[in-house]
Amino acid sequence: MAEPQYEIDLGNLMAFNPHHHFVSPPSSREEVVKEAIEQGTKLVQAVADALFHLPSTEDPDGPIVGLPAPTTKLPREKPLPKPRPPTKWELFAQKKGIKKCKKEKLVFDEQTGTWKRRHGYDRVNDDNDIPIIEAKSTDEPGKDPFAERRKEKKSKVEKQEKNRLQNLKQAAKVGALPSHVQLAATALPISGTQAMPKKVSKDELQNVAGMAATATASGGKFDKKLPGEKAPKHEKKYRKFLPAVEGSGMGALEKQQTEKVLNKLISRNSHEILNVEKAVNMYNVKKEKKQRRQGRESSTSSKLKPNKKSLKKTLKKGSSNKGKSK
Amino acid sequence: MMRIKTPKKGRIKRELEKRAPKLVETGKKTLILHGTKTSSILNSLLTEIYHLKKNDSVKYSRKNDNIRPFESGGETSLEFYSLKTDCSLFVYGSHSKKRPNNLVLGRTYDHHIYDLVEVGVENFRSMGSFLYDKKLAPRIGSKPFFAFIGEAFESVDELKHLKEILLDLFRGEVVTNLNLAGLDRVYVCTALSSSKIFFSHCALRLKKSGTVVPRMELVEVGPSMDMVVRRHRHPDESLRKESMKTAPELLKKKEKNVVKDAIQGKIGKIYIPDQKVGSVPLANKAKGVKRERREAKMKGEGYKHTQKKQKQDAE
Repeated sequence: MAEPQYEIDLGNLMAFNPHHHFVSPPSSREEVVKEAIEQGTKLVQAVADALFHLPSTEDPDGPIVGLPAPTTKLPREKPLPKPRPPTKWELFAQKKGIKKCKKEKLVFDEQTGTWKRRHGYDRVNDDNDIPIIEAKSTDEPGKDPFAERRKEKKSKVEKQEKNRLQNLKQAAKVGALPSHVQLAATALPISGTQAMPKKVSKDELQNVAGMAATATASGGKFDKKLPGEKAPKHEKKYRKFLPAVEGSGMGALEKQQTEKVLNKLISRNSHEILNVEKAVNMYNVKKEKKQRRQGRESSTSSKLKPNKKSLKKTLKKGSSNKGKSK
Repeated sequence: MMRIKTPKKGRIKRELEKRAPKLVETGKKTLILHGTKTSSILNSLLTEIYHLKKNDSVKYSRKNDNIRPFESGGETSLEFYSLKTDCSLFVYGSHSKKRPNNLVLGRTYDHHIYDLVEVGVENFRSMGSFLYDKKLAPRIGSKPFFAFIGEAFESVDELKHLKEILLDLFRGEVVTNLNLAGLDRVYVCTALSSSKIFFSHCALRLKKSGTVVPRMELVEVGPSMDMVVRRHRHPDESLRKESMKTAPELLKKKEKNVVKDAIQGKIGKIYIPDQKVGSVPLANKAKGVKRERREAKMKGEGYKHTQKKQKQDAE
């Protein structure tokens, strides 16, 4: 009934019979089941045939067979990993032709004449083991060479950390960060305006308390001071008293003071925001200019004159006409 | 300013590496959960599926009312669980008047819903209802055989989809070496009509036959049911293309110009390009042959020649 043309996928141990159809509509459930089992047996037999004919190796548990790759393609569950971009050192090594060489765990120490380990306890070339450092002619007398060495080592380690961070950032840009590494920002990114968060200087901070003190009625005189706080620059309230003896005339301070106050009062209450003298002057100047222009125009005809005004309008960027038209 | 965060414990690092995307993927994990209302049939079905896939599945026992796989907003919870448990397959059971004994089988790609198939379960028979010799019971984790019967699996779109998902669900890990003594289960799927399949799990009995290949005998053991396909959702075309990509290194290169002969063994052909006899420069030029040298001699030492000639003449 079923032609022996099953599609067999050995990698998945799957057999598919595309040619089978129920000849008669199945009458009962048991018949369906029986039919299914029968067909299933045939299919499994076909797969097993192919399977047992594969070359096998003997094992105490049973014959082990090398399965081929499955033919039915199924989708992946995660995207393909991106290859990591080469690090700065790797690029340099490639360019120079430097190859990695396997390092031995034990190194012969010339000083003691024994084999010591390369890293760890009691290692070769340990920085702490150096008893004497000879002074060079370039050395200054006050500097401590041991401290210098330690500083140098620390700077090297920091440089290496910086380079490592740069390499990881490069990888993260491509999207190939190793799975166990996360890059965390230590400072919040700039949000809102592009202004940098303003760094307050030491002087400003010292003045802050003084500035806040001016808000009080007594000018901060009776405010409790913190233990280390210095006295404010301007201690009392801002008050200015006129000198007791002074002459009259132009420099008279009292006169200036009262004049200032009066002006302010009057200008606030008057509704005339107009400076009459200035307005008159401007009007006169404009009038004279117009008369001069009219005098020139009458000599030459207006048609021949270049239209300066229209040129100016077209040069305007985002001219107002655009916005105004509906 | 950036800071590098790495896990302090090796165990956590290993877990992260297990969950990272790999070039060749290992087995997919399954998440089994249910919705607001389930029937007894569904409950037993979900537990049985969990038992069938014991070592690579996670079963949630609480009800999840905010999961509606086919609605656009109802998938977020599923995706979150998939992310947390690192499961890319899920089986969601629910029961309602409109859709009784509903089972949604789905896959995720990169922890987002890839595709879904909704089936209704009918005529369910649990594992306990089958009587068989206990020695035949399949072991947990053994690689199963699959048998798909019926032309409808090829012609009907929904059944093709269902076939793919069932294969993915029960396949287990892809292995290269298989122990033939450990083959003991078969999943048999027969297409009864264009929307209904009969799904059954059987144990294998290998009987002695004359040849190397043993005779197979199927004994029904596991759950058997009728699956009626209700709804299904295909993956996005672009998503499908991306998920089907294989790494370029894994593609086998075709060996060119090599022929395997039964008599002579492996023969390779080497093609030699034509020799350009005229245009190839000669390798070792005799010193005197070089034109430049000759010319330089003639020009530079011309007077010497004349001198010599004079001498000779004189002599």
